[in-house]
Order: sequence, then C-alpha cells, then structure tokens
Amino acid sequence: MKQTVIELDARRLFCPMPVIRLQDSLKQQAAGSRVKIFCTDPGVMNDIPTWCRINGHRLVSSLEEDHEYILVVEKGPDES
Amino acid sequence: MTRKAVALISGGLDSLLAARLIQNQGIHVEGINFYTGFCVEGHTHAIRKKDKDKVKRNNALWVAEQLGIKLHIVDIVEEYKDIVINPKHGYGANLNPCLDCKIFMVQKAHEWIKANNFDFIITGEVIGQRPMSQRKKTMPVVSAESGADDLLLRPLCALNLEETKPEKEKWVDRNLLKDFHGRSRKPQMALAKEMGFEDYAQPAGGCCFLTDSSYSVKLQDLWDNRGHKKYEIDDIMLLKVGRHIRPEQGFKLIIAREEGENRFLSGYKNQFQTIKTVSHAGPLALVEGEPLNAEQLKLACAITARFSKGRDEALVSLEYRNPNDDAHQLDVKPLAAKQIPQDWYVA
Repeated sequence: MKQTVIELDARRLFCPMPVIRLQDSLKQQAAGSRVKIFCTDPGVMNDIPTWCRINGHRLVSSLEEDHEYILVVEKGPDES
Repeated sequence: MTRKAVALISGGLDSLLAARLIQNQGIHVEGINFYTGFCVEGHTHAIRKKDKDKVKRNNALWVAEQLGIKLHIVDIVEEYKDIVINPKHGYGANLNPCLDCKIFMVQKAHEWIKANNFDFIITGEVIGQRPMSQRKKTMPVVSAESGADDLLLRPLCALNLEETKPEKEKWVDRNLLKDFHGRSRKPQMALAKEMGFEDYAQPAGGCCFLTDSSYSVKLQDLWDNRGHKKYEIDDIMLLKVGRHIRPEQGFKLIIAREEGENRFLSGYKNQFQTIKTVSHAGPLALVEGEPLNAEQLKLACAITARFSKGRDEALVSLEYRNPNDDAHQLDVKPLAAKQIPQDWYVA
C-alpha cells in the first residue's frame, strides 16, 4: 500500500520556522508517518537533519532543486 | 525518581554549560528555545550571497546535539509583540526589552514544565553578564514576575543567589554549582575546556536583532511613519534586508544589495509595488507605502537606477509594477550619489 505523505510549504520561511512547522506537523501524526517539506532557506539542509537526530525522527531524503530544498522526514517512535 | 529540568537554550556557551552541569547531577534535561522573529540565527546569511560560505547551523540545535538532549522550539512571534511594543521595564540601549524578554521566556518555560510534568527550569544566566537583564537586582524580578519563583535555577551563578527548591530538596547538590559573576568570559571558557567543549558560539548578547542599533533605527522609523507601534512578521523580516531609503514621509524603498536579496525580495512581488531595472543589470526595489504618484515614481526609479549597472548612463529603463495593476516601463536619469541625502538612508 502506498504510504501517505503530508506536504508542508515552508517556502520563504527562515530557520527555525521550517523546523517549527515540521515539529508541529509531526506532533499530530502517528509514528511512521512521513512529511515532505518544501523550503527556500538553505539552512534547513543542516537544521532539519540535526533536529531529526536529536528528537528521534528519520530523515528519509533531502534534495536541492532550483533554489528549493525538499526534505522527507519520518516520525520516530518517541513522542516529541 | 529521576528529576526533570528544562533548560532555556539560546545556542550560546552559557546555556550549554548550565545544562551540562545539571545533566552531570543525574537530572533528565531537555531544551527549550523560543523564536521571537528577531532572532539573528540563520536569517541574514540565509539571504545574502556573500555569507553563503558561513556555517548555516542553528546554534540552539547544535548545542542540544552536543548535550544529547531533545530541543523543543516554540514559536512566540505573536505573543512577543506585546513585549516589544510595551515593555514594562523599558528598553536597553536600543529597542531591546531584555528584562521583559527574559521574564516572558521564563514564564513560557514555567507554563511548559507544568504542562509536561517537569520539575524545574534552568538558565545560563550569570550575575553581571548583561547590563539590563542579568544583574543581581533583576534576577529575583525575573523569578517573581515570571511566576517560576524558586523553580528557576541558575547553575552558573547559583552560589551568589538564594537557594532554590531544587537545591533545598536536594534534587541537585548546591556544592557542585558555580559562583560566576561579571562580564569576564574566562570562567566559562575554563569550564568549557574542563567539560571537553572546544567549539561553541559566542553570541553574548548578539543573538537578537533588537540589540542592533541600525535595526532598531529601522524599526522606530517604521513605527513613526505608520503612527503606531504594531508590526507583522514580514515587516520585521524586511528590516533585515536591503538598503532602506525614505525620500519622504509616506513611502520607503527597500533596495536589494545583491542576488540573494533580489531573490528574497522577489517573494514579496504580490504584496508590494516593485521597481526593477530592465535596460541594465540592477536591483529589485520594493516600495512600501501608498501607490506612488507620477513624481514619486520618477524619483523612486531614479534612486533605484542609481544602484544599477547603468548608474553612469544618461537613461536607464525600469519596470514599475503595482500588484493590482499592469506593469509599465519608464526611462529615467539615475540620481548621482550626492543627490541622495544621507538622511534618506534609514539605518
């Protein structure tokens, strides 16, 4: 079964706002859920992976495409 | 029973050390970081191309990772407006309401520990470190007015202060806390070395745009010209970007200084009137204010052209666009540098 991925638009937001949007979105999801976030602040390529590591979530993928940064994160088992 | 503390993590050295001192006593520590909209973290180097080689790390996240703790980042942009607009204890040297800010953040942390069943709050405050918010006289003010009272522990200077509940109840051993005071950073640097921290940020007051005089002048100008002290998040973001030129009451130009700022400002095309050079490479300018009349538009274009590659040409073509109207083109003679009075520059 294809997994549902929630999409979040964090374009034009500066760190840590994309991280906050991601954090608040994942709070509403069950463990294993995935969120795909679209950003324009290059700082997310460092901040979101760090945030995932310290809070027990998994960075599934990250890529840069035409000045946009697109990351997919899977919610970990811990409540965050 | 393992006691739990939440540490206010700014990303600087002091909060790193304070949290580690408490972790070392077997306390479960998690971090909390508040986003006000004025935080320096990330913003300008995310926009400006010249800063692209700087490390784009959020220091609060980095500190949390060094400590091996969770970090909760809380958006307080809306609630924080009242602190900036009406600070009960007044401003510092610029528009920085440092004491009210500290009280507010500790108050939010206090609400957080009650909601999450934590036992106490720790901060990296040091008596005498900052002229407004970290004085011996103001420390009890922060504890009392935030509502945290004796649940607020400052591990780096606890020995200079009255015992707090975590010390009285022996959750932490007071003898292992510190007596730091004053503006010297040497004790913190020595403790960092002892704890094995070699790489750390040195913000010491530089983590908030409101402590910056140029930024504060722009914010005051915004309030003066609107006739009130309200602001939205886009207002305070735009104050961080570009040259701000106000030729007259009622309109201001925000002119990009380089490619990164051009790209950033172009995100506001649908909210602002814009001017862009078309005959030569040049900046994008946002116009803040009511729709320009013909005379104002000519002046705004001549100023914008001044910062283009065509600045020495007889005529430069520019495109003016109002989000509610069609774009149209104008040809103007760029102003010379000396034709732009210094007092038009807002900074």
